[in-house]
Amino acid sequence: MDALAARLAPLADAFARVWAITDKEFKQLRRDRITFGMVVGMPLMQVLLFGYAINMDVRHLRAGVVDQSHTQLATEWVQDLEATQVVDVTYHVGSVPELDALLRRGQIVVGIVIPEDFAARVAERGNGGTRAVAQLLVDGSDPTVEGVARQLSLTPLPGQSAREAAVAVRTYYNPERRSPVNIVPALIGVILTMTMVMFTAMAIVRERERGNLEYLITTPVGSGELMFGKILPYVLIGLIQTTIVMLIAVTVFAVPMVGSYLDLYIASLVYITASLGLGLLISTAAQTQFEAMQLTIFTFLPSILLSGFMFPFDGMPVAAQWIAQLLPLTHFVQLVRGIVLRGATVMEMLPQMGALALFFAITIVAATKRFHKRLD
Amino acid sequence: MSAISSDIAIHAEGLSRDFGPLRVVDGVTMRIPRARIYGFLGPNGAGKSTTIRMLCGLLIPTAGSVTVLGHPVATEAEQVRRKLGYMTQRFSLWEDLSLRENLEFVATIYALPRHERRPRIDAALERYHLADRDTQRAGTLSGGQRQRLALAAATLHHPQLLLLDEPTSAVDPQSRRDFWESLFDLVAQGTTILVSTHYMDEAERCHALAILDRGKLVAEGAPKQLMRDIDAIVLEIETERPREARKVLEQQAAVKSVAQIGTRLHALLARDLPEPETRVGGWLKDAGIAGHIERVGATLEDVFVASTTQSNR
Repeated sequence: MDALAARLAPLADAFARVWAITDKEFKQLRRDRITFGMVVGMPLMQVLLFGYAINMDVRHLRAGVVDQSHTQLATEWVQDLEATQVVDVTYHVGSVPELDALLRRGQIVVGIVIPEDFAARVAERGNGGTRAVAQLLVDGSDPTVEGVARQLSLTPLPGQSAREAAVAVRTYYNPERRSPVNIVPALIGVILTMTMVMFTAMAIVRERERGNLEYLITTPVGSGELMFGKILPYVLIGLIQTTIVMLIAVTVFAVPMVGSYLDLYIASLVYITASLGLGLLISTAAQTQFEAMQLTIFTFLPSILLSGFMFPFDGMPVAAQWIAQLLPLTHFVQLVRGIVLRGATVMEMLPQMGALALFFAITIVAATKRFHKRLD
Repeated sequence: MSAISSDIAIHAEGLSRDFGPLRVVDGVTMRIPRARIYGFLGPNGAGKSTTIRMLCGLLIPTAGSVTVLGHPVATEAEQVRRKLGYMTQRFSLWEDLSLRENLEFVATIYALPRHERRPRIDAALERYHLADRDTQRAGTLSGGQRQRLALAAATLHHPQLLLLDEPTSAVDPQSRRDFWESLFDLVAQGTTILVSTHYMDEAERCHALAILDRGKLVAEGAPKQLMRDIDAIVLEIETERPREARKVLEQQAAVKSVAQIGTRLHALLARDLPEPETRVGGWLKDAGIAGHIERVGATLEDVFVASTTQSNR
């Protein structure tokens, strides 16, 4: 019995040390108002930003109209166009040059030109004619607006059902990958990447900068104990951030939560640890907080661009896809979309889970190995 | 444990360390006895910090070996760390934690028995006059208070060996005196202390001293003995024109160094110079400078200057 106790004592000490570090981190976090604010503020701000501002649906484009026909029919058609919500007619002008000027100055992005013989052209089309009934002038400087030209041109002419038109527009312009429904859940991954990697990288580098590390490494704290003690508080923070994002996703953006929350939290937990591993690895390479920040951004940019968060994964060149496979965010974006939008379970997405676990294992081992308890 | 290793706290043999092409510590060999204050005296960049860091395993020596408290540091760094207290040059505790929280953290890290933690922390706060500030954050402390907190933390686990790297560089004279009182208390309890400094008055308080210059150990011994055995003749010259006198003397090859102290000059001369007073008097007379010349005992500063200028030439 005593022999067992003697053998367990070092283990208990090790746990006590891990806890001591975790406890210290928590105390410091509570007192570091900026970091503490980031824990909550970052997910709030980003979800709202990405959810609202980076909305890939193009709506409410400012439009101007030149109606040279002055007919009831034309007025009705313009109202139909507005009913699609794609355009808001904010200008009615008398001539095409005036419309050109509005476009040039950026006051409108779409110009609608209705010719004098609009009624005749509509009638002609009704009899199988092919002449265009009106002209759309589109600001091509924004590529997404280009799609709108095609979209608007499909708006049916007066006489057809308005309901059909709305449906036609939506299906045309809402490719699955670009709706907030798709963006917001994946944001969990983006936010976790940003905060987890940066916080952990900073947490160790800050101690290096302030001289705490020189003291710590002369104490009996082991590298592994230090690493785990540092990671633990951020695991909890990561789960809190996941919760914040999901709350906003469901309440504000009406994202359907098809899968189970348990699966979501399991996937998030694995992703959080993978990100923390990366953060720790960065912290062993960076000497100053500024370097840690730079390295974090260095890994953050490809994550944002290549992970499939912003641009469809399938549309990327093969080389980019290979690089993307090395990024934990790629796997997590697939996981979170699978769970939240398609109701997949963690068990159905084992390859992604495995990739994240592997990433964590490699980074934490590399970080612990690199973190000698020495100064050189 | 052999008889030798039991009275020797630190044994370094041929210790060297390179940073790139630069040799910062060069072949340092020393034996530091237990329950003594051993001082490292040297100018900035002499390799004091680097040597201390090698002694506690923070840096790996390029060459040579260190045994601390019977453990070879290269292979048993962890055992050494349990018996060692280290106070860095810079305040290295957590400024955003309170004094008590800092000490509680240290107590857990050193795995002190749970029931002993509180009494020890209370005793340490009391001993270092910090008891009334225990909930204050460490970042708000003054230089002297920080240093007392650092000493409290470094001694909380009752280490056998205490390494202090320029502990008093940011502290006023009164705090320095108090600090040294604390060190003597610790030595009386059997602790071995290695302290680096560039203050002569502090160096003089040490039981034994090592003078480091450009990575080399240039002199070692008790301060009294070092002053007695100085490899130079010390003359004090009282003159109306000290600055000119100094210029004259510095041109002589036998003069190692001249320092002005008020209206007096302190000159170190080669030991083999016969009749130094007459010689110096002659040189000054030739330059038309009158002065009173007297042979005096060496101060520690003389020892320091003599041993560091030697390796410069």
